[in-house]
Amino acid sequence: MTQHAVMQVLQVVALVLVAAGATVVVRTRERVRLVIALSAYGMLLAILFFVFQAPDVTLSELTVGAIALPLILLLAISKVRKPE
Amino acid sequence: MAVFPFLVVAWIVAVGLYGLVTSRDLIHQIVCLIVVQSSTYVLLLGVGYVTGGVAPYFYDIGRRALAVDPVVQALALTDVVVEAAVTALLLSLAVQAHKKFGTLDPHDLAEFKG
Amino acid sequence: MTPKLRLWLFVIGVAGLAACYLWAFHGLPGFGNYPGPYGPEILKRAIPETNATGVVSAVNFDYRGFDTVGEEFILFTAAAGMSVVLRRLRGEQQQEQGHSPADEVMHRNVPPTSSALRVAALVLVGPMALIGWWLATHAQTNPSGGFQGGVILASAFMLVYLSGESIAFRRLSPVDLLDVAEAMGAGGFAAVGLAAVVQGLPFLYNYLPLGQSPGAVSSSGTIALISFLVGIEVAAAFMLIVGELLEQTLLRRSGRQKEGSS
Repeated sequence: MTQHAVMQVLQVVALVLVAAGATVVVRTRERVRLVIALSAYGMLLAILFFVFQAPDVTLSELTVGAIALPLILLLAISKVRKPE
Repeated sequence: MAVFPFLVVAWIVAVGLYGLVTSRDLIHQIVCLIVVQSSTYVLLLGVGYVTGGVAPYFYDIGRRALAVDPVVQALALTDVVVEAAVTALLLSLAVQAHKKFGTLDPHDLAEFKG
Repeated sequence: MTPKLRLWLFVIGVAGLAACYLWAFHGLPGFGNYPGPYGPEILKRAIPETNATGVVSAVNFDYRGFDTVGEEFILFTAAAGMSVVLRRLRGEQQQEQGHSPADEVMHRNVPPTSSALRVAALVLVGPMALIGWWLATHAQTNPSGGFQGGVILASAFMLVYLSGESIAFRRLSPVDLLDVAEAMGAGGFAAVGLAAVVQGLPFLYNYLPLGQSPGAVSSSGTIALISFLVGIEVAAAFMLIVGELLEQTLLRRSGRQKEGSS
């Protein structure tokens, strides 16, 4: 396969995965599972940005979506949890 | 393939808005907002892509190589980091709402008593 | 407004949005046929004009520097807003109850941090801080820049918290120092731009010497300086954000330890 064809296949696969990931994140209702799903969605997005030839945005999305955002969300969730 | 990325963007927006509308939990609503915002990054990068182009960094490749558009990448890059800070602000407001009303259900939060 | 009615309104709204969106498609040149002219123009001029081989950072901090100042101030305001909301919340809670939230959650049993987690986190703090620093100072050569480097720097400090040393995290990053660092970063960016105005040039003009060879660390004028300042500001902002959310958890943990030892 030529290089262009390989890139196209990769991009289509990444786009389909991102669409599926968005659906999964929205359909998850329980809070902690939501955070893990969002973290995985962030990594799928990072792969998509990488295949779109944007390494800068990949770095940003990886650090923010897999580290900073889940941490902030988990801290906020722990604050509003009812004491068992 | 010519319009597939934009269809995916439309799907993500629709799915995110659906989650926002039918949600019973403020935290879930905030996460759906994150999903909707991520669709704009995909749209920006999809608009700027050039077939056969490489990333616009010329440290080790020749100056004349065909590269993708750098302007949309710059916009998306700052967007990603700022989104996290704005989400943190929204979360702190949600924590405050929980403190005042005892619940995070948007249907119950709508009642403001005089 | 019942949920069913809301859902039907949503379906109608999304149908309208989808129709407008599909109509807008027809004007697009298709994926991959980017027509320019802004992108190719910048690609032609970026290296001769700024000596920066990382064109995205050159666009971010030089050609579209004004947008970046705006975004950075969004970050600054978000961190400041969070501090205002959550510090007031903590003050209120400590006024109402005698002993604050430590009382309510003393019965919550948190499992102790495993040794593997502590070792792994503490070992990774150094490399992550180094990588964050490297990214923040090399914006003009590689895919890096102030924003990513700042977030990774902040994550290195968060690792200290994750390894179970929350008191060390607090001592390592006192809030006053973070406030000063964040203000310095944001103000420094604006000051660099204003220094150009003082010299009679447009705001955020690239007036520092451009260096000899493209892609060297000490090249590209104000781009390197601005990226460094932005890195400091983003790191301080994220550490402030996490620190504010952590205060509550810290109170609980120290309350529990006091109860356990008494």
